[in-house]
Amino acid sequence: MKQWRALLWSAASAEAHARGGGCDFEFGRRLLESGPRKLCGGRGCQSLVLPQKRTDYTTLQVSNSCQTSFTVWKVKEIPRNSRFIMKTSNPVDDANDQAEDALQRAMGYFEKGPKKSSQSKDENLETHLKAVENVAWKNGLPPEAIDVLLNIALSGTFGNAVNTRLLKCMIPATLIAEDSVVKAVSWLCVGKCSGSIKVLFYRWLVTMLDFIDHKEQINLLYGFFFASLQDDVLCPYVCHLLYLLTKKDNVKPFRVRKLLDLQAKMGMQPHLQALLSLYKFFTPTLISVSLPVRKKIYFKTSENPWTSALIAVRQRNQRPSVGPLKLTLGPDNGPNVKRKWNSHSLIPVLNSGTYARECGKRVMSLSDYLNRNRSLPVEQLQSFPQLLQNIHCLELPAQMGSVLNHPLLLHYINCVRDESILLRLYHWLSQTLQEECLWYKKNNYEQGEEFMNLLDTVIRAQCFLQEGFYSCEAFLYKSFPLWDGICCRSQFLQLMSWIPFSSFSEIKPLLFDHLAPLFFTSTVYFKCSVLQSLKELLQNWLLWLSVDVPQSPMTCSPLDTTLGASIISVSKLIEYVGWLSTIALRLENNSAFLLHFILDFYEKVCDIYINYNLPLVMLLPPGIFYSALLSLDTSILNQLCYIMHRYRDNMTAAKKKDMLEKTKSEFNFSSKTCEEFNNYLTVMIGCLWTSKPFKKEMYIEPHILGKAKVTEYKSNLNLVLHPSLLNYAASFLLQENPEEKAVNVDTIRGQKWNKYLDYLFSEGLQGLKLFIQSSVQRFYAPQ
Amino acid sequence: MLCVASGLARPWRTEDAQARLSAGTGPPGTMEPCDSPESTPRQNASSNLKDYFLASTPWQKRLESVRKQTSLVQTTPRRKVPECSQLQETIDPHKLAFLLHKQWTLYSLTPLYKFSYTNLKEYSRLLSAFVAAEKQKGLAVEVGEDFNIKVIFSTLLGIKGTPRDSEAFLVQILSKSQLPSKNREDKVLWTGWFCCIFGDSFLETVSEDFTCLPLFLANGSESNTAIIGTWFQKTFDCYFSRLAINAFNLSWMAAMWTACKMDHYMATTEFLWSVPCSPQSLDICYAIHPEDAKALWDSVHKTPGEVTQEEVDLFMDCLCSHFHRHFKIHLSATRLVRVSTSVASAHTDGKIKILCHKYLIGVLAYLTELAVFQIE
Repeated sequence: MKQWRALLWSAASAEAHARGGGCDFEFGRRLLESGPRKLCGGRGCQSLVLPQKRTDYTTLQVSNSCQTSFTVWKVKEIPRNSRFIMKTSNPVDDANDQAEDALQRAMGYFEKGPKKSSQSKDENLETHLKAVENVAWKNGLPPEAIDVLLNIALSGTFGNAVNTRLLKCMIPATLIAEDSVVKAVSWLCVGKCSGSIKVLFYRWLVTMLDFIDHKEQINLLYGFFFASLQDDVLCPYVCHLLYLLTKKDNVKPFRVRKLLDLQAKMGMQPHLQALLSLYKFFTPTLISVSLPVRKKIYFKTSENPWTSALIAVRQRNQRPSVGPLKLTLGPDNGPNVKRKWNSHSLIPVLNSGTYARECGKRVMSLSDYLNRNRSLPVEQLQSFPQLLQNIHCLELPAQMGSVLNHPLLLHYINCVRDESILLRLYHWLSQTLQEECLWYKKNNYEQGEEFMNLLDTVIRAQCFLQEGFYSCEAFLYKSFPLWDGICCRSQFLQLMSWIPFSSFSEIKPLLFDHLAPLFFTSTVYFKCSVLQSLKELLQNWLLWLSVDVPQSPMTCSPLDTTLGASIISVSKLIEYVGWLSTIALRLENNSAFLLHFILDFYEKVCDIYINYNLPLVMLLPPGIFYSALLSLDTSILNQLCYIMHRYRDNMTAAKKKDMLEKTKSEFNFSSKTCEEFNNYLTVMIGCLWTSKPFKKEMYIEPHILGKAKVTEYKSNLNLVLHPSLLNYAASFLLQENPEEKAVNVDTIRGQKWNKYLDYLFSEGLQGLKLFIQSSVQRFYAPQ
Repeated sequence: MLCVASGLARPWRTEDAQARLSAGTGPPGTMEPCDSPESTPRQNASSNLKDYFLASTPWQKRLESVRKQTSLVQTTPRRKVPECSQLQETIDPHKLAFLLHKQWTLYSLTPLYKFSYTNLKEYSRLLSAFVAAEKQKGLAVEVGEDFNIKVIFSTLLGIKGTPRDSEAFLVQILSKSQLPSKNREDKVLWTGWFCCIFGDSFLETVSEDFTCLPLFLANGSESNTAIIGTWFQKTFDCYFSRLAINAFNLSWMAAMWTACKMDHYMATTEFLWSVPCSPQSLDICYAIHPEDAKALWDSVHKTPGEVTQEEVDLFMDCLCSHFHRHFKIHLSATRLVRVSTSVASAHTDGKIKILCHKYLIGVLAYLTELAVFQIE
């Protein structure tokens, strides 16, 4: 299994790299770094919103790949500093340059501070403000300008109206320096700016948080921001800011108490709720809050003076937009029927298991403390490399069922040796399947879709892991006897194909004995889909055996018991399918459609020795062989030829290995298998090549032949006269002589026979070609 | 409702019921899985393969038992007649009285992950806050704050079948009285308890991180059960599901409880059969004097101390044929929905009331078995 897993892993990581490298450039990375935003399960939807919005915007503009637009954006930065060198005659650029010149002058003006003369001050101020606004709304402001203007706006040099205008046009073209923000915050302490400016500043800060280049210093100001909560007017905005800034270390009992006091004073406020639930998320032992089911958005971002400008600027600067971030909390689920206790969906939401672990841990050992500091909550897990780095200190989800929707955690549980994790998943899944199973409920088909979705999720997870869950196996055994063969058919059959490898004779009474009556009494389509999933089951078992068995210690467990037993199990499965197929063919009057699915199964069977390195060669039963050989459908005959060709290769390879090793072989093909194969081969050659079909074993009553008006049946079957090939022969002759009115297929012999063969091969009968080439010694030199 | 009290004027004739024994055990069309013995490990010829592929890890062992359950090879199950347990002597009589004469809704519960008996106080604190927060949706509450509502965890010492069984525990939601006087007791709003009686076979299949308490019994409003259940599911990654009792198991209960030796009978033995017909279903209540029921049981009972499937079938068939003789109604064509005896009464919806303290453990043992069957 290990090899297989490793293979999957590398593929998945490559995929993760490809994804990460493609889109998540600078901005996305900063979003990831901004920590607390991503912590809660619910707020994880930001990341879900992100790519979608991004594509919306990219479709708006001329289609630019993320990579190219990124470079464009970078280049855009350069001209501002080296404006004089890169002069162009483009009028649009000229206008831009003029505006930027004006901005430079305005900057100078604001930096120096207003002059004394009041008359000119007003005029100058107005023109400079206009210049700043002009650039800001169009292209955004460079970091230096924001630094200067922010300082001016909060220092109280001008009146409220000017300060408001300045703040409103504080739209970054690229980034905002952390220092500027820290300086601005320091102005808040000196009491120079009014309440409304403070509110505006906090709103601006919340909107622009993602544009700030670093956040370490700002995080240090957490205590200051927290203290501002006391201001009733500022409170909602400060809450929003804190909601974005809060890290686990920031959550302290005294802060919790303060927030609860505030709540007692102000009542149930959405912003406090949001912050409190975030605190609860970090320290569930300090606080308890239950959120209303419907409420999801706690902070309104819509009526915000900067959002539209930000989008416009971003579009202008031709970089993919992140779009307005939707702040949500709690699970983001559709309007599911609220049926279960307090849960919104069948599969629990991902939450790390801090609850149970922190319970009653009064004395913490040193190692615990170290581990706790380094442990990574599952909600923060975003990428495969991150999983690899933190695999030793991952904080697992509180409810293991949530991993089903999380591919990274599926990777984790795939390689983890901890039994309790698997047991938790086992119990949860078994019970959920049992509770939700539709045909256990009386007249309750309302939740049909939900159950189907659950099964789909489980199947997806199994395919991802390339491994079946034991819960599903147990569920199948329990529910199969009661299954009507219709409800959730495709899901059920898929589950069947993922039954972990085990002894066939044990599974048969539990599952396959119930399957057979359903199979025989259902439509041909049902039969085909059953055969399809049995083929997949066989393939999964073979893969499992071929990967896992060679790793088992050969010395202590002798091969002939373990491997031998598993081979017997596989062979019994094949026998069972052979039995099903033979009967089904008779029931369906040799339907070519069904035959196709049966031969598909045997295409897997014939290659077991070479493809999976397992010592097993099992031939197809005569009922299927003869039906396929005498089929009216050319593709069936072609497929049969291919299968016979592969059987030959497999048997030859097995024999060669026997000869080489010269030791007592792992297995001997029974001489019966060889004999049977040779018999099939003779019949096929007789029917296709030598025109001497059924030499020994067939005797047909002469009066039947008389009725059929066939006298010379013994020479009436070959590549020309075979019912499925006759029309090929006719079109071959017509191709040779287009003028011919009546064709005589008997003329195809000698050199023409060889030409006819080439014609058949050129018509796409590859199986036939391979078969003829390997089994018939041709007397002519192929061209 | 058709009420019939049988005085058993005519002698019981076991032989005429014997003839119909082959009619099958469960009513036709019931969805519930058949029961199978826990005590008969299946002998398997291909044990080599099984040892290699299965049986190595707990959940694989579990799978084995599922296969065992659902396999067609079934031997006749045998169960012990409930007896007075030695361990039961240690139960606090006050607590014991608290558990009796109440209607409990049954749930099965998968093993609790990382549950610790040393943290019960802490759990009380957290769960109190959780319940308080749920009651006033949207308002956050500090853990450890004083609420009107209090949740208390306490162990139920002695409620176990073997010393290996996990200790049973009780959870109560109390509403604090507003009056300051100390002798006023808090009002109990909701009670639930977790237990495991003779759950050895199940215990083997899980590792030590888990606590096996497969049976959960609740008394109180459904909404409170939901809150408590949610908290347990989130905190200990377990799963609650309602435990319904099918007619087959109700018959077993009827037989086993009738077999119990009683000093004095407190209630009549009563069966409720339901006839599915529209618009309203018809219920047939069949009451017998408990001593008559015991007499009937003694006449069908052969192996001392044990109850077998044949005996249960025979017992029920005797009751049915007696009824048929008088009323020409085949009870076997209807559905048994409730059984009540002096020991306990059980409803098919998964509700139980235990009346006799002597056989508390015995009743719980069978319920544990059913719960384990459901979660396996």
